[in-house]
Amino acid sequence: MEKERSFYQRLKEKGVSRRDFMKYCTALTATMGLSSSFVPKVAEVFAAPVQRPPVVWLHFAECTGCSESLLRSQYPYIDELVLEVLSVEYHETIMAAAGHQAEEQLQNAIKKYEGKFICVVEGGVGTKFNGGYGKVGGRSFLEIAKDVCPKAAAVIAYGTCATFGGIQAAAPNPGGYKGVGEAIGIKPLQIPGCPPNPINLVGTVVNYLLLGKLPDLDDMGRPLFAFGNTIHDKCPRRSHFENEEFVEEFGSEEAALGYCLYKVGCRGPETYNNCPTAKFNDGTSWPVEAGHPCIGCSQPNFWDTMSPFYEEM
Amino acid sequence: MHAAQFQHDHLVHFYHLHALDWVDIVSALKADPKKTADLADNVSNAKVGGSAYYKQVQQRIQTFVDSGQLGPFSNAYWGHPAYKLPPEANLMACAHYIEALRLQARSARMHAVFGGKNPHPQFLVVGGITSVADLKPDRIAEFLYLQKETQEFIENVYIPDLVAVASFYKEWGAIGGTTNFLAWGEFPQGENEPDSLFMPRGLISKRDLANIPMAVQEKVAENVTRAWYEDGPSLHPYKGETKPLQEDPKYRPDSGKYSWFKAPRYEGEPCEVGPLARVLVAYGKGHKEIKPLVDATLQKLGIPAGALFSTLGRTAARGLETIAIGQAMPGWIMELLENVKSGDTQTYTPWEMPDEGMGLGLNDVPRGSLGHWINIEGGKIKNYQYVVPSTWNFGPRDDKRKLGPVEEALIGTPVADAKQPLEVLRTVHSFDPCVACGVHVIDPDSNQVYKFKVI
Repeated sequence: MEKERSFYQRLKEKGVSRRDFMKYCTALTATMGLSSSFVPKVAEVFAAPVQRPPVVWLHFAECTGCSESLLRSQYPYIDELVLEVLSVEYHETIMAAAGHQAEEQLQNAIKKYEGKFICVVEGGVGTKFNGGYGKVGGRSFLEIAKDVCPKAAAVIAYGTCATFGGIQAAAPNPGGYKGVGEAIGIKPLQIPGCPPNPINLVGTVVNYLLLGKLPDLDDMGRPLFAFGNTIHDKCPRRSHFENEEFVEEFGSEEAALGYCLYKVGCRGPETYNNCPTAKFNDGTSWPVEAGHPCIGCSQPNFWDTMSPFYEEM
Repeated sequence: MHAAQFQHDHLVHFYHLHALDWVDIVSALKADPKKTADLADNVSNAKVGGSAYYKQVQQRIQTFVDSGQLGPFSNAYWGHPAYKLPPEANLMACAHYIEALRLQARSARMHAVFGGKNPHPQFLVVGGITSVADLKPDRIAEFLYLQKETQEFIENVYIPDLVAVASFYKEWGAIGGTTNFLAWGEFPQGENEPDSLFMPRGLISKRDLANIPMAVQEKVAENVTRAWYEDGPSLHPYKGETKPLQEDPKYRPDSGKYSWFKAPRYEGEPCEVGPLARVLVAYGKGHKEIKPLVDATLQKLGIPAGALFSTLGRTAARGLETIAIGQAMPGWIMELLENVKSGDTQTYTPWEMPDEGMGLGLNDVPRGSLGHWINIEGGKIKNYQYVVPSTWNFGPRDDKRKLGPVEEALIGTPVADAKQPLEVLRTVHSFDPCVACGVHVIDPDSNQVYKFKVI
């Protein structure tokens, strides 16, 4: 209890009330599809981990938008995640070490925490030309993935590039890019999205810390709490679809009224994700709310299968 | 929206991608919290502070260090002799590093208000934007107050920190400079582009600030002699080719190919792009907001204008344009409100894909000058080329063996310990690279080559 009190004290000093924090935990628990009796346990996970679970975050062919998305996490803010919840042992963007020291840190971490660390992969893996189109410090992404991933307790492919190859895998895919699972023949937990909602990564990690196992997954390895429904299933504009009230031109009166975006190319009916309920940036909005049709960014090979964008399915 | 991107990017760059090149976290543990509070009161108007606050931050860092799990701060260059800040300044900067982490998550909400989410907002379409339903007073007010909160932090914390840190590193006003600068400019305030651009367009050759001609896109060409593409002549982007070598590319910096970047050139010359280029162009043209900001900062630091051509100048320019753009933003937001008030919510112009056509777009994004060139044939894209900021800055040598800007900037960098080239990181990071890149440091005494990845 002592620890818990000091945790809330700490939150308070940072301007976050206990009420705000419990509200966040409730939202997270709801996102994960857990019953409300889990709320205090979720709070516990953030309050007092004995040893912070080590995380090794690998960057392959990506734009770092997935890392950026995690930086946008609120409740817990990223500094809580990094300083008090997780132990991010290797992450090219936020780590202070560089060069040999950075690579040495990677090797130290996978040796010290072998079989115990969570490996998060961001980015696609090149398979053509011996993986030669993408390297870090002279080693190909392919080689690094083969070295690090099998030593992890769990591999989380975070974002559409790590899950399905992403934009570099779009036709004609000159570097032979694939998602990390397909590239090295493993079955990672997959959180697709361009970028994914950070609440889905935080939810997965909390599930792991709380229940000692990863959440239930669908046949593509995606957590059901986040990817169990289509965008269309939960879309607040669904009634307009049923009433055949459609936007046919951006900027029109129908667009201003928030009508259904199906006829301007919305891929919501084919896309599994929780954007309409979780929303982005502390619940500020999501693409359909901003009047933009869903482009199916969390679906496999969406650059090829969902385009041409802006045309009806 | 674009101005919000500048505010967010520059803030994150300074605190989270660059500050630890100058700030030693470990030294912060030795600071006296009360003295830190006095220092902070003296240099900044930060909302949060006081000795209790700094004590709490220090304890938080101590608890983290005591846990034995140093996470992202493991194996860095702590204690390196090139770190010059006293412990109190280090503690102040560490506290603001954490404050900025939180602020940036809120600042990014500006994008989400009208763009659906951040990163990767989705509201731009060819012909306009989609978020017409968000053009309401409550959404505009939300944006306005997020901007206000961000700007307060920039003026009261970021800039005072920048000046305080810079005052300990004045010698960096003579290190890391380049020669030519290009800015396409940004923020049109009327129809007549480029004249109406808030950040003006221009080219600076050989550091000549007295004579800044208009930059024109026809003079751009890219060379691939040293890049992993099939050889060919320098080409203007309309004619540009992207033919990657069909092999596992080998790193041959001595005389062969060594980079995925092409080498962009303006009239055959490499150019630095980014905050320093934009601020120098504005300064040289006597910009009414930028010039006084630059002059006041030079005066505060007691350094001459020539010191702008440096790593220090680049990092300072980033902060100064962040203030200037932030100060202009409320006016732009109120203009939007006035339009909405008068019933003008036109956000989209219908268009059709032409059978044939060519076109281009030039602007400046936080990292620097960006150009897109498109060629359409038979109703389809025949060629699409873009020359992005990091290509300008990090591009390799060309057929005439001319160095790229970062290569040039690194020459003459003093390195106290070749095995721990912290000084190299300072200059490379000051360009805000969009990529990881490799730097080789050769020790002239032993001729030992050390390879470094700068991330």
